[in-house]
Amino acid sequence: MSSSGDESMASEIDEQEQNGGRGIPDYIMNLEDVPSTLPTHLELQKTRVFCNLDAPQHTDTIQYSGAYAALGVDNSVRLDNFYQNFKVEVKRITDEEMEFDMIGIDPAVANAFRRILIAEVPTMAIERVYIANNTSLVQDEVLSHRLGLIPIDADPKLFEYPDDAGGENNEKNTIVFKQHVRCEKGQPRLTVKSDTLKWLPNGSELIAEGTKSAADPAPKTFTTFNQKSLPKFSKDPAPYNLDVIVAKLGPGQEIELEAHAVKGIGKTHAKWSPVATAWYRMLPEVVLTKDVKDELAEELVSKCPAKVFDIEDIGRGRKKAVVKNARACTLCRECIREADEGEEGGEGEKWTDRVSLRRVKDHFIFTIESTGAIPPDVLFTEAVKILEDKCERVITELS
Amino acid sequence: MEHGSYSDLSKSTFSLVDEDHTFANSVRFILNQDPRVTFCGYSIPHPSENRVNVRVQTTGDPASEVLKDGCQDLMLMCQHVRSTFGKAVNDFKTSKSVRSTSEKAVSESDDDMDT
Ligand code: SF4
Repeated sequence: MSSSGDESMASEIDEQEQNGGRGIPDYIMNLEDVPSTLPTHLELQKTRVFCNLDAPQHTDTIQYSGAYAALGVDNSVRLDNFYQNFKVEVKRITDEEMEFDMIGIDPAVANAFRRILIAEVPTMAIERVYIANNTSLVQDEVLSHRLGLIPIDADPKLFEYPDDAGGENNEKNTIVFKQHVRCEKGQPRLTVKSDTLKWLPNGSELIAEGTKSAADPAPKTFTTFNQKSLPKFSKDPAPYNLDVIVAKLGPGQEIELEAHAVKGIGKTHAKWSPVATAWYRMLPEVVLTKDVKDELAEELVSKCPAKVFDIEDIGRGRKKAVVKNARACTLCRECIREADEGEEGGEGEKWTDRVSLRRVKDHFIFTIESTGAIPPDVLFTEAVKILEDKCERVITELS
Repeated sequence: MEHGSYSDLSKSTFSLVDEDHTFANSVRFILNQDPRVTFCGYSIPHPSENRVNVRVQTTGDPASEVLKDGCQDLMLMCQHVRSTFGKAVNDFKTSKSVRSTSEKAVSESDDDMDT
């Protein structure tokens, strides 16, 4: 807008430059009929999704900085602006799960956090299983897959990716577990749980194939190291849940194996995903655009399965519906559905005229369910750090 | 890798290896918020290729500089998110532990009254 090259405009353009680059001289902005903020209906369309009966409306986020340039409204997000408006409110937090509200952030970034949580925060998981004996009903490959999915309680920060060591297994990239269970003859069936996975701090005990020779007094195993000597473990690596069922054994059946856990990310295989799931939803907003009274109020309250509405007495035996708990709204749209939908041309007021269902575009109710190895708040911090690392990588690549 | 022309630095396509929607979509958002950017979009040429192309067109500044600034902004944003989040979690945890200890104190004093 300000780049038109008229000589006589030069001084004015200078002035515009000082005007925060908005491109409109001050004297115009100070005129009474020039809006300095968006008109309410546009503001509403920008910040809310309208969940109408047929389809949601205004679902897109308006990202382009000049989207409202014609109205003289700057749509760019300045960082200090973001710093002022961004808020986090923790709702609940345990070792395995947390819910928090993230307010004042664009879905693009919120979604990046979610995607990173699921696919790019590293954990440890069993990657190689060496089966010495498996006479159980569960086939070797199914057993290995089941073992892989068991969350391992070990801090991935203490380990390196196996690729970093050129494919060699050492104490920095491999945790070795051993499992040896047997159901004796004459005993009842045995349920094998994850607590039978025992950590081997000295590495593998199985002798690698082809290296066994009578002359060699110390046969080669798959790994040679000692993790016990490393002071960094605060607790021994073990499955996080000790009662995950791995297999069942009948009398006389036996499983003997060794499982090697390595570091990886969920993008490679879901077993490395640190979260059971991570998701967000936008904050629901339910607005009564008209007063809903008496029988209609009763009807509205009974319509909503999520108990969003409540009844308020307004004296003289009259009642009014109020929105009590919009956060619980599941957006089933039951409250704006007409009971007699089949009948055409119904006169008068419709429920859509009374109730307006919306979602706040920049308010995210974020839930993280961890698999247990890493607490959810640490997970989120890690995810944000990973996005930072990505930016840094691109910056160094460009310079 | 940058694909642009030598004569006009204000328009370029950046081909980023090992990135996907995660980074590309957030950087597209950041760049679209920059008043110097006239156009920014991204595409993933093939789903089984680990690559994303980010197209940046500016009003005159070199596209690579603008992209760099965008990444910088995104980083600062992330840092702010991290510190705000850390603070919120800490506050929540302390307020909860205060509450639970005060509840405990209350129940203990109840016990005292009983005895
Ligand atoms: S959409 Fe469903 S849950 Fe939400 S207020 Fe209406 S009836 Fe209740």
